[in-house]
Amino acid sequence: MIEFKNISKSFGSTVALDDVSLVFPRGKIIGLFGPNGAGKSTSIKLIMGLNRPDRGEVRVDGENPQNKKQDMAYLPEIDHLYPWMNIAQAADFTRTFYTDWDETKYRELIKFLNLQEDMKISKISKGQRAKTKLLLTVSRRAPYLLMDEPLSGIDILTREEIINTLIRDYREGEQTIIISTHEIAEVESLVDEVIFLDRGQIKLSGNAEDLRVKRNMSLVELMKEAFRNAN
Amino acid sequence: MEFNTSQPIYKQIIDDFKKKLIRGELKEGDKIPSQRDYAEQVRVNPNTVQRAYREMESMNMVETLRGQGTFISISADRLEEIKMEMAVNLVDYFISEMESLGYSQKDMFRILKQEQSSGKESADNDRV
Repeated sequence: MIEFKNISKSFGSTVALDDVSLVFPRGKIIGLFGPNGAGKSTSIKLIMGLNRPDRGEVRVDGENPQNKKQDMAYLPEIDHLYPWMNIAQAADFTRTFYTDWDETKYRELIKFLNLQEDMKISKISKGQRAKTKLLLTVSRRAPYLLMDEPLSGIDILTREEIINTLIRDYREGEQTIIISTHEIAEVESLVDEVIFLDRGQIKLSGNAEDLRVKRNMSLVELMKEAFRNAN
Repeated sequence: MEFNTSQPIYKQIIDDFKKKLIRGELKEGDKIPSQRDYAEQVRVNPNTVQRAYREMESMNMVETLRGQGTFISISADRLEEIKMEMAVNLVDYFISEMESLGYSQKDMFRILKQEQSSGKESADNDRV
């Protein structure tokens, strides 16, 4: 379980998170939704221990995030892979850092995603780079999988491949996945829990199916409504 | 399977199994896909599939045998009940939509009859 207790974080005069308290329950797939600048990436970086809050506290299974880095697999929004490496070298690089690397899974996934080990990062398409990032993140058996905009700027077929991989590979109960995205329609049937952020505050949160029962609306519609009321 | 995302997905999964039972595409004793396979097939969160399967167990539609899988396990009476439930739901929906458009029950019967006979005619024409 990941907990935010009264988190505030600013970058200069820009408020990224404003007194946010929330819980990311264990064993669920959680969608972190909101427009650009809502505070999604900041939330993920706080969980990763890459940023520190100005006020408040982040707890990962009751501990400081700095002590839990081995438990978290992170897919950053930016291109973090070295362009001169090929996929095999990038995998080697990840393998040496993390003890939970699962070689069998890696071999299986590379085939499933139609990638080849000798593909050079600088030479492959954007979609293939997105799939490589996913491959390297998901090949670890980390209890927490944090993905920052894994679908943005990627063609529809590759998006489907990424979502299929996540479903195929998801370990019910033991794995917690947090996905930040503004492509809500793509992940409607994938998420258990949703958190809608806007300008550093939570607009709406809850169980996706319960929200549908209560409101007769899809997540996309709920988000639109939440933001219409906010403005 | 396409989902209506403004309705709970687990309920739509259950309805899909109910329809298959009513149509006879699934029968007593048939094995249904494992939760994982089903989740992959329909591209849905495995937790949602788990919820649907659990609910179907408590509704006496399926039974999970340890190490063997999940099987259709439904009595004839239960199946009749489900059939009736589905029919009533459809009719309720029809009535409430028609009422919201201002039709009286009398109008509804008249239109139903009219449609039924025109449906018969076209079926007869097809035969010729």
